[in-house]
Amino acid sequence: MSRIGVFVCHCGENIGATVDCAKVAETAAKFPGVAYSIDYKYMCSDPGQTMIKDAIKEHKLDGIVVAACSPRMHEPTFRKAAREAGINEFLCEMANLREHCSWVHAKEDSTTEKATELVKMLVEKVKKNKPLTHIKVPVTKTALVIGGGIGGIQAALDIANCGHQVIMVEKEPSIGGHMAQLSETFPTLDCSQCILTPRMVEVAQHPNIKLYTYAEVESVSGFIGNFEVKIRQKAKSVDESLCTGCGLCMQKCPSKRIPDEFNAGLSNRTAIYVPFPQAVPNKPVIDREHCTYFKTGKCKLCEKVCPANAIDFNQKETIIEEKIGAIVVATGFDIKHTDFFPEYGYGQHPDIIDGLQFERLASASGPTLGVIKRPSDGKVPEKVVFIACSGSRDHAKGIEYCSKICCMYTAKHAMLYKHKVHHGDAYVFYMDIRAAGKNYDEFVRRAIEEDDVNYIRGRVSKIYERDGKLIVRGVDTLLNSEPVEVEADMVVLATAAVAQQKAEPLAQTMHIGYDAHHFYSEAHPKLKPVETNTAGIMLAGACQGPRDIPETVAQASGAAVKAVALFANDELTREPLVAVVNRTTPPMFSTCVGCFLCESACPYLAIGKEEIKDRNGNLIKTVAYINPGLCQGCGTCVALCRSKSIDLNGFTHQQILSEVMSLWNRREEYAEV
Amino acid sequence: MIRLGYFPGCSMAGTALEYGESIKAICEKLDIELVEINDWNCCGATAAHSLNHKLSLSLPARSIALAEKQDFDEILVPCAACYSRLINAYEEVKKDKKLREEITSIIEMPIEAKARPISVLEFLEKYVKDILAEKVKSKVEVVTACYYGCLLVRPPKLAKIDRYEDPQIMENILKIIGTKTIDWAFKTECCGAGLSVPKTDVVAKLSGDIYADAEKRGAEAIVLACPMCHSNLDMRRPEIEKYLSKAAQMPVLYITQMIGLALGIPGQKLGLQRHFVPVKEKDLKIVAELA
Repeated sequence: MSRIGVFVCHCGENIGATVDCAKVAETAAKFPGVAYSIDYKYMCSDPGQTMIKDAIKEHKLDGIVVAACSPRMHEPTFRKAAREAGINEFLCEMANLREHCSWVHAKEDSTTEKATELVKMLVEKVKKNKPLTHIKVPVTKTALVIGGGIGGIQAALDIANCGHQVIMVEKEPSIGGHMAQLSETFPTLDCSQCILTPRMVEVAQHPNIKLYTYAEVESVSGFIGNFEVKIRQKAKSVDESLCTGCGLCMQKCPSKRIPDEFNAGLSNRTAIYVPFPQAVPNKPVIDREHCTYFKTGKCKLCEKVCPANAIDFNQKETIIEEKIGAIVVATGFDIKHTDFFPEYGYGQHPDIIDGLQFERLASASGPTLGVIKRPSDGKVPEKVVFIACSGSRDHAKGIEYCSKICCMYTAKHAMLYKHKVHHGDAYVFYMDIRAAGKNYDEFVRRAIEEDDVNYIRGRVSKIYERDGKLIVRGVDTLLNSEPVEVEADMVVLATAAVAQQKAEPLAQTMHIGYDAHHFYSEAHPKLKPVETNTAGIMLAGACQGPRDIPETVAQASGAAVKAVALFANDELTREPLVAVVNRTTPPMFSTCVGCFLCESACPYLAIGKEEIKDRNGNLIKTVAYINPGLCQGCGTCVALCRSKSIDLNGFTHQQILSEVMSLWNRREEYAEV
Repeated sequence: MIRLGYFPGCSMAGTALEYGESIKAICEKLDIELVEINDWNCCGATAAHSLNHKLSLSLPARSIALAEKQDFDEILVPCAACYSRLINAYEEVKKDKKLREEITSIIEMPIEAKARPISVLEFLEKYVKDILAEKVKSKVEVVTACYYGCLLVRPPKLAKIDRYEDPQIMENILKIIGTKTIDWAFKTECCGAGLSVPKTDVVAKLSGDIYADAEKRGAEAIVLACPMCHSNLDMRRPEIEKYLSKAAQMPVLYITQMIGLALGIPGQKLGLQRHFVPVKEKDLKIVAELA
């Protein structure tokens, strides 16, 4: 006879206001095999846990059911309590009275009845629970950081400084990301390059960091602590060990009219190029798509002029395999471009630019050397209109979210413009000013009050050209809601921040979740903001959602700590809730007939073949083998197995059947009535 | 031979008589048969949907139901406002079974959303564009500003026009008949619409700005496909002239009149003489094609 304990939690009002918890506990006490039953306001609190531990010892319980919230929330809490009280933690089960009952039903007798039945099911299940032990797996103490922007740089440096190996993969020829493109940063207006480039150098020179630029993650297999990652190193066509970075090749390259990505298309670059003078590594690559030699088979001018013989047209793309323990994803974001806006002319007017383009215009390293000149004719604009929320918070555009960074960088842009063109006029059209952050609102006020930026609360419906001016037609929604027309020389759209173009396929490569906008999903919006639902993969920065530099850096350090914490142990423990192929007595040895349907069904590639041999080493039969390190316990193989030879620990056929049968008995009760 | 249902609406018999005349004239030339829907009624215009949602759906739904009785798959609705009301009712009724039943009981006629209203733009694109080149008798080489206004291209969900802020449908048609078109900023601006009567000063400003931009960018004629836009730009010309403080005598033509001229139909038959601002055929630079 079992001795089961039932602990019914009120979860404050969450359950208690809808379900009669005392009655549930009272009824549960009468279930066969229940030795102890009680209710309490907060079972997860210290007194609540103590209550459980004491009851286990006092009543010699051999299984417990905690009827409370979702096991996703507090199963680890109560399992730990069970372990501390001296019973195997897998003899603890949770009945979800909150998400599955009180939150979704009204306060009625039938709600309490349902709660009672949920408890009854779990009581029947826990009777069939077997003690399980954790699975131990080794840890490879090397982290992979995907993305070399400020998020990736911070995470890589933090992990490397803790003494662990880091491999950084960056898809561009240089690390630095969007931050390298910025002119000055809010709210202090310190130069972006000046605070970033030393860190880029630190990454390149750090003995614990191995840097792969112009490379992408091809595949990720394995599991926490034991990932196997394939990295596709694109052909740079330049032998980095020979190249001195002199730049002669770039001067001579004849294809000079390729839009420069780093300058957001405001200038041109050559086919052999480094993205910017402070690039890390500061060695060029050949963009084969635009290179005259790769297009026509003739040219090789760079090879002729290279004093170091570093040009290698025959270099091949290679696949590099690395063993990895933890992954930090810091792939960043992208922005919508001006062609996204029909009402602003489909991106056809050269003087309607996006925020990144303005950053390049304002940057000392930009195409105009920091002088604000409009792209069409190079004149200094006398009147500039900045439009916040271009695309963001706009259902009609399919982007419902706030891009978060625009209010601040628009204030910064307007301020920078006023600092550089004293007699110029700056206008900002805005919906709301969201300047929540340390010294942020003060910064916006400074733009308005000290730098005389004209803030107009309202939207812009149309921009068109008239006599060389851009007519910005909007509305001032304050006071009289008057239509406003501004004759501008240049317009800057604070376009919506969106996920990287390749965010979705990369998420699928890594088996991590993402939202409708392809931003990566955290494991819990509040309590696990840097982890993903795939153990061992962490998030840093704007790949998870739009965010600014301070927030990205903070999150990157958080992600780094999670990786370092993982590396603090030589072995990892994993939950033993995995599928197993059964073993029976000879001559069967296992009911598995070796059809291997399960092998093809397993989404985690965890199933292989195992040979059962006699003591002389002769093969008796080949059966399926499930690698407990890889198995995620999804149960697909269990459902598919034709001979019912696979069972899922913690969710065995017997346990599930017991749960269902407890409800069957209830039906008989009804029949009697 | 192509056979389409035809919903003239009130304009084709009144203020936009010449629009209707030119549509019929070009359809005759192009072997397209337009069959007027029996017993059609008012689309409801602005009044119905400002006052009563069900009424605004039932009025156009009745005409659609009648077209279904006559077995039409498509109904040509030349007036932009009528088109907007009909396509709205059609889409609403199509997607909502419950509403369909309700409207059926109101109009006492089954409606299945089988007969789809099409605008002149869709009509030209689908039935005229491909056969036009071989039928052209003369090129009409006047420089034009194609003006779309609002309801032919909006709301985007209903009109389903690509590049609704900068449509190119009329431009592409006019290219076939040798007309030069300008790129301009006011092609989807508001003409002032119904304020034509109560607030002519607003119409003068809105239509005047449209006129001024077209003129400044070198247009010699404005081409459009909406009776309301036409009456504001044509009939309200004295007010526009006053607003612009200058003479403004650029003619405003329906696109179907332009096509008619290219097909060799006499201007009289296309109703060119009916405009307030006189249309001089010699200014339209009609050049006969050499056979």
